[in-house]
Amino acid sequence: MKSFPPYLSIFEPLFMLFALLLMWWLASHGEWVNRVFLPTPEATWQALVIGFQGGQRNDAAELGLATQLTCVRMILGWGLASLIGIALGVMIGMSEIARAWIAPTLEFLRPLPASAVLPLAISIFGLSAGMVLFVVAFGAMWPVLLATVQGLANVEPRLREVAANLQMTRWSYVKKIGLPSTLPDIISGMRLSMTISLILAVVGEMIASQAGLGQAILLAARSFRASELFAGIVLLGLIGFVSNALLASAELRLLRWQKN
Amino acid sequence: MFDMLKYLRPWVFPLVLFVAFDTYVRYVAIYSDALATPAQAVLAWWDLLWLTSDEGLMRVTLFTLLTAAMGLSIGVSLGLLCGLVLGLSPRIARMSFLSIEVLRPIPSVALIPLSMMIFGFGMRMEMSVVAFATFWPVLILTQAAVHQVEPRLLEVSKALGLNAWQRMKWIILPAMVSRLFVALRLAVSVALVVAVTVEIAANPEGMGYAMMIAQQSLDPARMIAWLLWIGVVGFAINAGALRLQKKINQRMGVNEIQAGSTA
Repeated sequence: MKSFPPYLSIFEPLFMLFALLLMWWLASHGEWVNRVFLPTPEATWQALVIGFQGGQRNDAAELGLATQLTCVRMILGWGLASLIGIALGVMIGMSEIARAWIAPTLEFLRPLPASAVLPLAISIFGLSAGMVLFVVAFGAMWPVLLATVQGLANVEPRLREVAANLQMTRWSYVKKIGLPSTLPDIISGMRLSMTISLILAVVGEMIASQAGLGQAILLAARSFRASELFAGIVLLGLIGFVSNALLASAELRLLRWQKN
Repeated sequence: MFDMLKYLRPWVFPLVLFVAFDTYVRYVAIYSDALATPAQAVLAWWDLLWLTSDEGLMRVTLFTLLTAAMGLSIGVSLGLLCGLVLGLSPRIARMSFLSIEVLRPIPSVALIPLSMMIFGFGMRMEMSVVAFATFWPVLILTQAAVHQVEPRLLEVSKALGLNAWQRMKWIILPAMVSRLFVALRLAVSVALVVAVTVEIAANPEGMGYAMMIAQQSLDPARMIAWLLWIGVVGFAINAGALRLQKKINQRMGVNEIQAGSTA
């Protein structure tokens, strides 16, 4: 196999993407797969364009609005989850006693599917936007909480001795030593919880019928509007991609000191 | 004496929660149709256990586990295959890098409506979503595992004049085993979570649906029983996978810390 000339190598990553798009185009136009399930790329693009023009169909399934609502739900839930997760994590992680007595329960709860609390949340809060937000925040809290507890437990012992010698108060220890050295764990926990937030926001919208992309794609599938369904999936992938990329760059920026 | 207390310690906090929840339901939310005491939930679980109809605990649990396992095996084998190819050929890896980064962030639940439309309700739709969700982590971790094979081993294989297949079978795969089990353990936990999520969101079968239907028919005791049971099943499966991984590591003589750090 001959390798590409160097000036073409920057196009290498695009090669497979175009190949996949071409496959999609061929499969839909050649009707290898039933058109009901697989819309053409053009139709999907068209659905995206119409969805973002707005005003065409002023209902909740309009894609532009739905995207906005899902993003807000996800970010709000993620923010709440991060705040509560870090706060609880500090409370548990700072106390030797709390760690010994509570941590096993947290380990038990960790593998519990976050979506499994949905029915319980529905019976407590009803089918409301607040309920979905609660489930997103609750489910996305665990990675941050556990990462904070673990990070605080693994703080370099010499730093702890220094803090003891300086007679730092508990609070200033958390602020000056605990949290900064736990930051890498917390951030990777927050990245995971962002992914979980998006998933839970979508599931919550599907079940509680709250306006958003989850509801939009479910309605599109039920009425066999495949192009809208694909447009919704593309948008969800885009949200996942962008949020992940943003957090990855934030991680690089915040953890720059680690390299020195 | 103190040793025994140590074993009891993890149970204290759940017990406190149990009593607090029980008191709350008994004295505050007394007229609630939505909540039941944990004690009632345990009784409901006991009833479910002996139910022989389609709603019985064993049958429903088996459906979820079986579907998750089948989706898992599809996702893992495809992920393994693609991961090996990408790991062995830097060229193909460079070419597909962007496509993977574009497709991977699609949340698995976004495919629920699509799979519902294609397969209808039932095992196949759930399997396909589970397979999609487990494919990506296995792909990424396998690719990384190939890269982490000791280069000297590859030099040895070259010196011995092994062909590609022999090198795969005798050198690369054995060197990867412990890392592959890390990927497998991750995929197992993902599979169960996704299976239950699909059942809650759409598929009218399995543990997730049983819980949903208990909620909708105002049977809070049964709903909480399912919630606790799902927790227990998830915990048991994760613990089992962890033990399997440790055993494999011991067999392969790998330092645990070293293998764990790639997770």
